Amino acid sequence: MHTILSKKSLSPNVTRLDVRAPRIAQIRRPGQFVIVRSQKGHERIPLTIADSDAACGTIALVVQAVGKTTRELVALGVGDVIRDVSGPLGNPTELLESGRALCVGGGVGTAVVHPIAKALRESGVSVSSVIGGRAKEWVIFADELRRCGEVVVCTDDGSDGRRGFVTDAVREMLEAGGVDIVYAVGPVPMMRAVAELTRPLGVRTIVSLNPVMVDGTGMCGGCRVDVGGEMKFACVEGPEFDGHQVDFDLLADRLKTYHEFERRVDACADGKCLIRR
Amino acid sequence: MPEQEAGRRSGNFEEVNLGFTEQAALLEAQRCIQCREAKCIRACPVRVDIPRFIKRLTDGDLPGAAASLFGDNMLPAVSGRVCPQEQQCEGACVRGCKGQSVAIGYLERFVADWARRRGDGAPLAPVAASGRKVAVVGAGPAGLTAAGELAAQGHDVTVFEALHKPGGVLVYGIPEFRLPKAIVQAEVDRLVKAGVKIRCNVVVGRTYTVPELRADFDAVFIANGAGLPVFMGVPGENLKGVYSANEYLTRVNLMKAHDLENANTPVLRGRRVAVVGGGNVAMDAVRTAKRLGAESAMIVYRRSKEEMPARVEEIAHAEHEGIDFQLLVAPLAVEGDAKRWVCGLRCRRMALGAPDASGRRKPEPIADSEFTLDCDVVVVAIGTRANPLLTATCPELCLDKRGNIVVDADGMTSLPGVFAGGDIVRGAATVILAMGDGKRAAKSISRYFAAASPSAASASDGDLSRV
Repeated sequence: MHTILSKKSLSPNVTRLDVRAPRIAQIRRPGQFVIVRSQKGHERIPLTIADSDAACGTIALVVQAVGKTTRELVALGVGDVIRDVSGPLGNPTELLESGRALCVGGGVGTAVVHPIAKALRESGVSVSSVIGGRAKEWVIFADELRRCGEVVVCTDDGSDGRRGFVTDAVREMLEAGGVDIVYAVGPVPMMRAVAELTRPLGVRTIVSLNPVMVDGTGMCGGCRVDVGGEMKFACVEGPEFDGHQVDFDLLADRLKTYHEFERRVDACADGKCLIRR
Repeated sequence: MPEQEAGRRSGNFEEVNLGFTEQAALLEAQRCIQCREAKCIRACPVRVDIPRFIKRLTDGDLPGAAASLFGDNMLPAVSGRVCPQEQQCEGACVRGCKGQSVAIGYLERFVADWARRRGDGAPLAPVAASGRKVAVVGAGPAGLTAAGELAAQGHDVTVFEALHKPGGVLVYGIPEFRLPKAIVQAEVDRLVKAGVKIRCNVVVGRTYTVPELRADFDAVFIANGAGLPVFMGVPGENLKGVYSANEYLTRVNLMKAHDLENANTPVLRGRRVAVVGGGNVAMDAVRTAKRLGAESAMIVYRRSKEEMPARVEEIAHAEHEGIDFQLLVAPLAVEGDAKRWVCGLRCRRMALGAPDASGRRKPEPIADSEFTLDCDVVVVAIGTRANPLLTATCPELCLDKRGNIVVDADGMTSLPGVFAGGDIVRGAATVILAMGDGKRAAKSISRYFAAASPSAASASDGDLSRV
């Protein structure tokens, strides 16, 4: 049982939960995630560890409420318990040892980028971040990232920082030169666009993939992705891969597997049950 | 064995076999001729003294029969249901030379169920504490068996399970209709009552490493299972609608995807489901597909029925339930529609040639025999390979070329005090072989302790229980 010690709304559909999990807090490294099952009968879902406090024995989970399971998870309050938290899963991020890193975060992906930027900063690597969201209220982890270095915020409507996509700012920074590695985490189209910007320049680009997953230990194979023409299981061999090798079309397509199911569940919640059809 | 009628059961997830009545069990037990040199015992991977428990049954001594059976076998209600008896005890039964062998599996199940229904489930006798701590990695058949045997020796046992529920393949893999989960839970409860501690959501290799466990425990038994599913390596395997059997079965068995009222986990319910493979896992998957409402649930197997590794009873049950067997058929590609959903399985027909290395006749393709099976879900049930998570974080463990852990005749690995068994050693094998490994390892661990100086007991009192 894992008690929720604090809860904070980060954006209209993103919530931060600080959860007691002493062992995971003690050993987790950037890039790793947990699998959470909030209560009996619920789905097992992978969630990013955005931060941790080993002394307090807590990990920070960032949840985007997109379906029934995640909505029920963020409906929990301080003092409530999450039944199962398994991890830390996945391989830690390959961290640049010296030089300059560009961290790119889109939407909830910014929560994945944060621990990477923090670790890089702590090891003395120079960090710049470009993060984006639809509008001001959708931008998350901006203050935390500012502690790691320069941050450029991009919003679709210009309500915070620059107007436009993160890719515009990334392009300019790459053109200015001096970037040794790019870490890009966000929606699939964003990661693909960033990888296409860095490919001709030969700048190493690490992306973090979020495929459908059940156990997180390699057993189900549901998280298989195509990297450089080879089948990889994101939970065992990832979740981070070379962005220039990833088949993003396949990832985006496989993520749609349960969209119809989720649509029906949502309709059910509105009193119009379609599941049995 | 009385069973649910095929037409009815293929629409529900309740157990197929209903179990012997006491009268039927007694009649069957009397068919055992009590061989002095009982071949059935030697054919049993956990060496159950079969004539002894059957004798007590015929004597009307059910508690004695249960005590005898549970003394030899930690999980008889499980093995009575899932063992390939025809290749083991029943295959060796002298009565089988002329006519029917004794239905040992059904009798085992009867006695185990009797004990469980009585409530006490043949409790493990309390023993004096040895002062030794043992970590067991994995709460599947090997781990649970070892835990029970070790607790019976007085050792302080903690089982670490990666999933949120103990049972391993018994809960995520084998369906409810073949092995009710309440039975697995009863067996787990029995171990817990005997003092075994079970810590779920601990992925050894991630949450803790084997060296960390070794530092806190006097011995470690690794039984973390087979791990990664093998795919066919044909085009189209990443289309939406292609599952590994592990994923398909886990969604239904562990996550209860069939129970829409109480579970959130989705599973694609195909109209026409093709399951590739001929083992027990393939039979479980195809019969699950039928129960999820598939109009057509098909087995696609490249050899003939005689070569199928599945239990004879599972194949027979599948046939009765209307499973379509596409035999001597090998998949070439999964075909998808414009939106990349599965819409067919491209196959070709095979013929059996000369025996291969496995002793089975090798399937060879027939020229110009390609055809497409219409289907919207494909389940790949062709085996598993070793999971690297644990072994990658313990490089001192000696592995074979497939990544499985190498053990000696006592089940000990290249690391002193670290033992291993089940699928992580054997590759994909059976529940009963895993249980046999668990039993052997428990014996070896006690011998290992006896050989070490008694004062060395309990390496530390570290607490690995909090995650």
